[in-house]
Amino acid sequence: MTRLSSAAELEQLRAQILSSRDSAKPCIAVCAGAACHGLDSLQVANAFQAEVGKLGPAAPVEVRVTGCHGYCEKGPNVVINPQEICYLEVKPEDVPEIVERTLKGEVVERLVYAHPDTGEKAVHMKDVPFYKHQTRLLIGDNTRIDPMRIDDYLAVGGYAALAKALFEMTPDQIVDEVKKANLRGRGGGGFPAGQKWETAKSAAGDEKYVIVNGHEGEPGAFMDRALFTGNPHKVLEGLIIGAFAIGSHQGYIYTRHDSPQLVKHIEQALAQAREYGLLGENILGSGFDFDVELHFDVGIFVSGESSALMRSIEGLPPEPRPKYIRTSVAGIRDKPSNLNNVETWANVPQIIERGADWYASIGTAGSKGTKLVSLSGNVRDSGVVEVPMGTPLRTIVYDIGGGVAGGKAAKAVHFGGPMGGSIPASMIDAPLDFDELAKLGAPIGAGGLLVMDEDTDMVEVARYFLEWLTTESCGKCVPCREGMWQTMKVLENITKGKGRNGDIERLQDLNEVTGAACLCALGKTAADPLKSMLRYFKDEYETQIGRGSEVKGGEVVGSAAK
Amino acid sequence: MSDVVMQIDGKEVKASGDMTVLQAARASGIHIPTLCHHEKLEAFGGCRMCMVEVETRGRKSYVVSCLYPVAKDLVVRTRSERVDKIRRTILEELLAHAPNSPELVELAREYRADPNRFDKDPSFCILCGLCVRYCDEVKGKNAVDFVNRGATREIAFVPEIAAKECWDCQECFALCPTSYAQAAYFLTEALAFPGRRKAAATA
Repeated sequence: MTRLSSAAELEQLRAQILSSRDSAKPCIAVCAGAACHGLDSLQVANAFQAEVGKLGPAAPVEVRVTGCHGYCEKGPNVVINPQEICYLEVKPEDVPEIVERTLKGEVVERLVYAHPDTGEKAVHMKDVPFYKHQTRLLIGDNTRIDPMRIDDYLAVGGYAALAKALFEMTPDQIVDEVKKANLRGRGGGGFPAGQKWETAKSAAGDEKYVIVNGHEGEPGAFMDRALFTGNPHKVLEGLIIGAFAIGSHQGYIYTRHDSPQLVKHIEQALAQAREYGLLGENILGSGFDFDVELHFDVGIFVSGESSALMRSIEGLPPEPRPKYIRTSVAGIRDKPSNLNNVETWANVPQIIERGADWYASIGTAGSKGTKLVSLSGNVRDSGVVEVPMGTPLRTIVYDIGGGVAGGKAAKAVHFGGPMGGSIPASMIDAPLDFDELAKLGAPIGAGGLLVMDEDTDMVEVARYFLEWLTTESCGKCVPCREGMWQTMKVLENITKGKGRNGDIERLQDLNEVTGAACLCALGKTAADPLKSMLRYFKDEYETQIGRGSEVKGGEVVGSAAK
Repeated sequence: MSDVVMQIDGKEVKASGDMTVLQAARASGIHIPTLCHHEKLEAFGGCRMCMVEVETRGRKSYVVSCLYPVAKDLVVRTRSERVDKIRRTILEELLAHAPNSPELVELAREYRADPNRFDKDPSFCILCGLCVRYCDEVKGKNAVDFVNRGATREIAFVPEIAAKECWDCQECFALCPTSYAQAAYFLTEALAFPGRRKAAATA
């Protein structure tokens, strides 16, 4: 590899890579994302390598092991590019037939999507219901990229946005573009990224940091890992552009210690970017210096909270910092530190490349662009979904996800995991929009969407979330440590049929104080699931409490009294 | 730092610009309850008892006064229905652990907190961290620290350090609102250097 020292050299290299590749040559993309990996997709990949290997070095077909394709429910996924023929639930024994038919330009009918009710088949990704209703701006490249090869990223136009940012734009223009695009943070808060960048940019001091929050500790959220593991350079490119705009020369990637594949891909991406001169001193000959250090969490949810994460990078225990000064002004070692989530950074290159106007044309008035959603729970087709903001939840659950599993009725959709909220199925036409969903009490959070069917016990769901949160809280502040524990106790008693009169008030008081008085966002938002449930499913709580009161001969309250 | 003029409970208060709301209030004789605060220690923000209502540019929010910086024209209310409710609930949560701690009992009376409202778990420690932080910040010994997290968090003395450092110090005992620090220490004595107290008494 040679170090690139200008934008022209980058384009030369890209042309060279593209000319060495035959775009019409079939490429068998085997998904090695977390779910497919768990379904032994590597055995499938090995079988393809062996089968194609038999054809010798000039084989007219290529095999590529890629990141997550998205359709986790039907893994292992295999896609034949460039036609995007989609094979589902592929086993090693299917491999010879796929290779043979692919060489003849034919399709293996028995492995393509068939509608479970009508039997209607769909061969290409664009026709498969799971993909058909998506707009895959961020995750779409995953089927075309071997995450271990930077050349694959360059082949799909990678780092062109960085070159544009470095040579054709000023830092102020970049910040303005991100502000104009109204890119909002994808990590949970939905805070405008451009505004955050501006704060960090104009904060005093020369030493500033930019950070990728790749912690994704929320149960039910797996889209960041799918994106970051499958296309690490996209995130890295966004980070470098952000660093240039803010005036930072040191970046950090903070991610999980327990995702070996992700770690391997990030390390490789950093090493290859350095070799090409896309990281390090004098990036692309622009005079801009920037490098990135990889940091790992310590296995506790709260380490994904911004101030806790920064303490962790400093080498301290990940306890949130009790400060009323933004981390974009005083973060790591009290220096301005701009933290954005994986998906937020990944949005940056396309905003720079295609412009804020294009980006802002996608989505709703207040929520722009597309959003990655981890679709799971009682849904027929789970997986990683990417749709434009504003898409009705019904489209995600029914058109993309195929509806509720087992032919049952939906009871609720839940966003944001243990710190999110549930809304009843009757509100399923609500749009995927930061503000609209927050108003309804189910803020998007990071984008974990859990479908709950009619058999779901909403008291048990809240109890389960709290059980999880009480072990993930750091325990520093009282309303989080004690408030959640007491809330869990009340819920535990209700689920055991030991509910008491006054439990609703007890829950409401505990929840109100937890939501208002906690030190960090973990505690404050830990109150959200219960809040939404008491808003929409209070009857169910009262009925269960009533059952407990009946046993003790107490007064029956709520709907159970009817 | 230049001085700022602000309002606490309707009273005009002058404070130095580097003060927190708690410092400004105390300097002008306005009482705000605290459990984890100590003048010699860095503000911790753990107990949340010192929460107050602040108003800036017409926006009301609830902040911990031990960390919130003073600002020009800031309006602070140290008591309100909501503030009292927060303090009352926090007290009820803590009384579940240490029902007889005099400080808690007295505050419970003031805020009408019901010590029997929640499930009891007499662990006695309220995790204010005064012992932990005093040992770290003032003594520089770190003989006592937090262990575990969330609802299972507790304080524990490090036997090796305690055996060397604590015998002649024990200054944290007087800071403890529940006397649990002593209990934890004596347990460590029993584990790490039993009999030393008897030997010292009979020497």
